[in-house]
Order: sequence, then C-alpha cells, then structure tokens
Amino acid sequence: MNLFEIQAKEEVYDAIVVGSGAGGGMAGYVLAKAGFKVLMLEAGPFFDPAKDALQLRWPWESPRRGASTIRPFGDFDAAYGGWQLDGEPYSAVEGTDFQWFRARMLGGRTNHWGRISLRMGPDDFKPKDGITDEWPITYDEVKPFYDKVDRLIGVYGTVEGLPNEPDGIFLKPPKPRLNELFIKKGAKKAGVTVIPGRGAVLTEALPEMNGRGTCFYCGQCGRSCKVYGDFSSSSCLVIPAMKTNNLKVIDNAMVREVLTNDEGLATGVSYVDTKDLKEYSVKGKLVILGASACESARLLLNSKSKAHPGGLANSSGLVGRYLHDSTGSSMSGFIPTLLDRKRYNEDGTGSVHIYSPWWLDNSKLNFPRGYHIEYGGGLHMPGYGFLDWVPVANGLVPGKDGQKKEQGGYGTSLKNDYRRFYGANVGMAGRGTALARKDNYCEIDPMKVDKYGIPVLRFHYKWGNEEIAQAKHMQETFRSIMHEMGAIITSPTYGADTLYGLEAPGKIIHEGGTTRMGNDPNTSVLNKWSQAHDCKNLFVVDAGPFVQQGDKNLTWSILALSMRTAEYILEQRNKLNLS
Amino acid sequence: MNRRDTLKILGLTTVGSGLLVEACQQPAADKSAAEATTKAMGKKLPGVQDFEHERNTKLNEERFFSDHEMATITVLADIIIPKDDISGSASDAKVPDFIEFMVKDIPEYKIPMRGGLKWLDVQALKRFDKNFVDCDEKQQLALVDDIAYPQKAKPEMQQGVAFFSLMRNLTASGFFTSEIGVKDIGYAGNIPGYWDGVPADVLAQYGFTEKDNA
Repeated sequence: MNLFEIQAKEEVYDAIVVGSGAGGGMAGYVLAKAGFKVLMLEAGPFFDPAKDALQLRWPWESPRRGASTIRPFGDFDAAYGGWQLDGEPYSAVEGTDFQWFRARMLGGRTNHWGRISLRMGPDDFKPKDGITDEWPITYDEVKPFYDKVDRLIGVYGTVEGLPNEPDGIFLKPPKPRLNELFIKKGAKKAGVTVIPGRGAVLTEALPEMNGRGTCFYCGQCGRSCKVYGDFSSSSCLVIPAMKTNNLKVIDNAMVREVLTNDEGLATGVSYVDTKDLKEYSVKGKLVILGASACESARLLLNSKSKAHPGGLANSSGLVGRYLHDSTGSSMSGFIPTLLDRKRYNEDGTGSVHIYSPWWLDNSKLNFPRGYHIEYGGGLHMPGYGFLDWVPVANGLVPGKDGQKKEQGGYGTSLKNDYRRFYGANVGMAGRGTALARKDNYCEIDPMKVDKYGIPVLRFHYKWGNEEIAQAKHMQETFRSIMHEMGAIITSPTYGADTLYGLEAPGKIIHEGGTTRMGNDPNTSVLNKWSQAHDCKNLFVVDAGPFVQQGDKNLTWSILALSMRTAEYILEQRNKLNLS
Repeated sequence: MNRRDTLKILGLTTVGSGLLVEACQQPAADKSAAEATTKAMGKKLPGVQDFEHERNTKLNEERFFSDHEMATITVLADIIIPKDDISGSASDAKVPDFIEFMVKDIPEYKIPMRGGLKWLDVQALKRFDKNFVDCDEKQQLALVDDIAYPQKAKPEMQQGVAFFSLMRNLTASGFFTSEIGVKDIGYAGNIPGYWDGVPADVLAQYGFTEKDNA
C-alpha cells in the first residue's frame, strides 16, 4: 500500500459546494430543496448555534472576561478563526497590506456578522460617477432575489423610498436606544440622514421558516443565536437543507484542487481531511465555490491542468484581481448629559437600531461613491476593557459637585466615576465604497505552502486617494455629529499621518471582487450568472463575482446573487447535462 | 413560532440546561465569583474549541507573579477599587487572580507589570525605606498620588504613571466583569426580554417624547 494515497469516492453528486457561508449555504439550500444531491465541503468543524453559541454567558465565564486574545472579537464571539490561523499563513508584498479574516466553521462568518442587511441600489450596479466599473446586471434583475431572501430569512427595517437605498420586505425595526435618540438629534442638526436600522433578526415570527424562534433582545447576535432568531447560514440554510436528506456536509475538509477532465470541465474536487490528514477526492457534475472571495481565488489558481494551465477559469488572467474591501474609520466619545443615567435593560437586538445611509451629492466632493454610518454606545454587557476610557474622560467634565476633576485617580471617587460614566459612551463608524482596482490583488506565493502543502496567497493592496479622501470626510462628519449632540470626543484625532483613521485593507472583512463577473471573457472571470467563462459547470457564489461593491455590507447581496445562480442552474439543468 | 415558544425552546434546550434559570437569577454577590471563575476554567463550555480550553487550562496552571508581587497587586487593586457602601473591594472580586491570568494571556503585560511593581518598591524604599506593601496607608497613598494623575504627575514619575494606568485598567476590567462588579454597575440585561424603546420616565427626563421613540 502506498503511504500517500488518495481515497477516491465513487458516488457522483449533482453538485459539490465548497464552503458553507452565505454563498455556499444559499446555493446548497436552493439546490437541495429542488432535489439535487449536494455534497458540501467545509474546512472547519460542524457548528450548530443551538448547541454551540456562547449566548447568555456572563463575562466571568471567560477567564479573560471576553478579551480578544484568541478570538479577534472576544471569547464569546461566534467566529472560529481570525486574521491569523495557525499553520495557514499568507503574506503581502512590501509596501502593501491586506489583513485576511477567515472563519473556519459551518456557516463561516455568518455566525458572528453584524446582521446589517442592505441591498445594493440601482447606482451601485450601474454607477454614474464615470470612475467605478458597472456590473453586467441591473438592480431590477436582482430585485426579485432580494425580495425572496427577505421573505426566506427575514430582515427588519422601514420603507423610506430613498433613491439608492432600496427598500425591502421588512419586519418591524427595534426602537432606538437612549444614546441613539441623541445621535438622531445631533445628526439631523449636522445635516446627516438617520433612519431605522436594517438587520437580519426576527423581530416578528416568519411563517415561511419553520423551526426558528423570534428575537428575545439579548443584543448578542455576534455570539450566534440558540433559537435561530437571526440569520446564520448554519442555522437558516445548511441545517434545514440537511433535513431534506439531499445535502450532505463533510466538515474539516480543506479543498486542495478543483479536478477537471481533458475537455476542461470540472469533475469534482480533492481535499485533505484536517483531522486525519488523509487525501480524498469526490465527484460532482457541477462545482460551486463559496469558500470566500480570496479562498475561492486561491483554489482556482491552485487548480492547474493541461486544459487550464494558468489556473482554472483564469484565461483572462484576472482571478485574484480587483480585490476590494470596504473603507472604515471611526470615532468615539461620550455624552455628558447621560452621566449618572438610570439603569434598565437596553440590550435590544445585536444588529443596528439606527444607521445613516449615504446622504450626499458627490458632485461637490473629491471622491466617488460614499459610505454609511453605524452607531453604538450604551448600557452594554460588561466585558474586558469596557471602562478603560473612564479615567481619561473623568478629567474632561466637572465632577458631580461641579468642580473640575483631575484625570485618572483611584479609590471611592474613581469607583463612583466608573458608575457615573457607564452607558454614556457613544461611537460611530463609517463603512464605504473602496474602489475595485486591477492592481489590488492576491496571487499564489511561488515560495510558500501552508501546513497541508497547499500554496498560499500573497497580497498586493494599497489604498488610493479616493479612499483616503473618504476617510477624511468621515472624520469631519463624525466630529460635526459629536459636536451637535453635545458629546465629547475621546478617541485620538486622526490626521493625514494615519490616513484619517482609515483601517488597513481587509480589516472591515468585506473583501470581494476576485472573480468578477462580466460579459467579455477577456475582462472578466465569470459570466453574469457567476458561471466561469472557461468552464461551464463551475460557479462562484461568494463575494468573488462582485464587480464593485457599494457601501452596503455585502452579505445580503451574496445571498441574493447565490440564489439567482442556483435558480439559473435549475433552469439550465438540461444544458448542463444534469438530471 | 411566537415569542412564548421561543422562550420555551430556550428554557428546554438540553445544551446549557438551566440556562434560562441561570440567566434569570441575579448574580449572588460576594460569595461565588471565585467559584464561578474556577468552574469556567475547569469545564469546557459548549462552543469553546479544544485548543482554547487547553490554553486556558495551561495558563491557569502556570504561575507568573511571586507571593510578594501578588501581595503588592492586592494592595494596589484595593486602593484602586476599595469596598464601599454599594459593593466589595477588588480583592473581594478576586481581581488579583484575574490579573495573574491576564499577564500570561497577554504576555506583553508581563514586563510592564513586573517592572512597574519593582519601580514602585524602589520608590517606596527611597522615600520610606520599606517595600510598598510594608508602608503604612498614608505612605502608600502618598506614593500612589504621585502616579495616579497623568496630567499633574511630575516628569520623573511618568514610568510610574504608565504602570499605574495599566494596573488601573486591569483592576477595573477584573472588578466590573465579576459577579460583584456586574451587579454594582447595574447592568440589567443578558436575560430574555422584550425591547420596547426607552422607558417613558427616561424619555421625559431628557426632553424626548413618545414620538422620538418610534
């Protein structure tokens, strides 16, 4: 017997789905519901929020009180993984930076995301700015799928009729918290629109989705929900699809290559079992990649064959190109009026209660496109570091007796300050359109492999003037809102030297664009159905197909586009030689 | 599924059995913070990955601070958060044990903490010819006063200021995330409920009306 042997499984599935997040989960769900035999491969372990969520745990149940030493968003956060994974490195060429977040688990990053569920608008698909690229499809073509996603999964919000912030089919939104009432008032004075949030949380029962509970307002969506009251791909798509008996999940399966035949068609994939480290191959009539934008690009580039010498679906040379994250910059402070505020439970939902959709006319600005603003603050669950700002802030306002206080301190006086300032904090963060540029990309590092022997990614990513100008504008806007609401800023003043607080590429975890769709095979990787130009039975359903994302967090669009692709596959089943 | 069913499921869920009961009980002050911490260290909660649990257990078995350092940390923590009418002190909430864990968890804290404690002892020896813990309360507070106020501290005290700021943050983190501290600060959430907007009396207090609550 060979020591190194690939164990080939003979069963031929109708479709093999790589990845179980928003894109893979939705494709698997639609196809399994329609009777396809689907095999889903997930690189991480099985994860069921009903059993595995750390929801309703108290801070003292973590020895580090929820500090972010191991999990980047703290011990209770639902994402297994982070910007660094043991034994799975990546790099960036000198002078560039990209931080790559990977969640390895059933449902991927959807277990911990902010559930902020925004549709891209008509101008996001067909931009009018003369700078950013247009999609081969329009909002009207995607709208029916957004509608279906709203009905299937559930999203709260309000009908506003804004031009490029399309309304959905909404459940009732949660009412604002106290800090948010101050924000609304301040933002209005500063000329910034604020509307109720849009979140994938069941504030009302959703009849179409059996087995899901409604929100009980613990504010902990980031930990994933034991009653499936919010959207995770694990709870809302993959686990229900498994119940059809048409979808099988193999977890701890790290896919190595997409296998192709002499004609260049996909025949299946090979993977390594991350537990027993044995090699396997599985067969499928179709291969659907939803491994995340960069991981799917890596997989394609690593799948070289006689028919696809430059990597699968890469005759254009564009796999990995046009990588783009969102921009992000933030500010925090506190509202002196709220010192010594009354205590009550204002946990609310774990998604946003209010937000600011992009509100300005770009003709007067020095950057294209825009950003939205998310807000925070209030009487949240104590956690590691949550009062670190108080010994700074206590020197910025008079004490309870009206006298100026010295910053810092100790003893009963400081203990009272912690009580006094708790819940008076306020924060805001911008999330904006970063340009999809050909020169920002990931590629295979010619020198390095990961612990499974799979060649790893090397990134080239630099912010341009457009993103920096946007971050500067964010800081100016935040300062103006803070001022109008009577808040005092406690975060550092970010100037040109820090690119106005602009976060490193990848830090907002909205990466997309690496397998862009288009009508011309020379300038795009996929056609408008997210089907590879070079390989008709290969599809990509994560954020790779995005030509150019708007300032709208991309999950809702991934879901709508993946559903659209899956329905296209069902329509084309004869042409694709499927049952 | 309506809200009542949701809560029923939550209460009946076999994993995390008694979760709802646990969640609805107010934390019992003063007695069980240490017990809870020990419990959290000992058993692996569902959803915690094996390598995380192994790391926690390993860190908990290691010992970094000497007895003298722990004694100094305890005195300092209780100076920062003393017992008062509302709640117990930092050491009542086992803050020194938490700090011992955190410097192993975040090793960048090891040198600033060890060196800062030494720096403080050197100051105490120079001024009072004693280690910090052996100084009387008045002497201890005189030393702390020199490093507790960043803006008025003398330039030669700045290393002490940096140490004390770290010590203060660790103490506040440890205290206000303990059962005693969470009760003290008045956090009223982490229980299943219904959010119906800002309560009427609070709206009125800040000049808002029911219309703003919509």
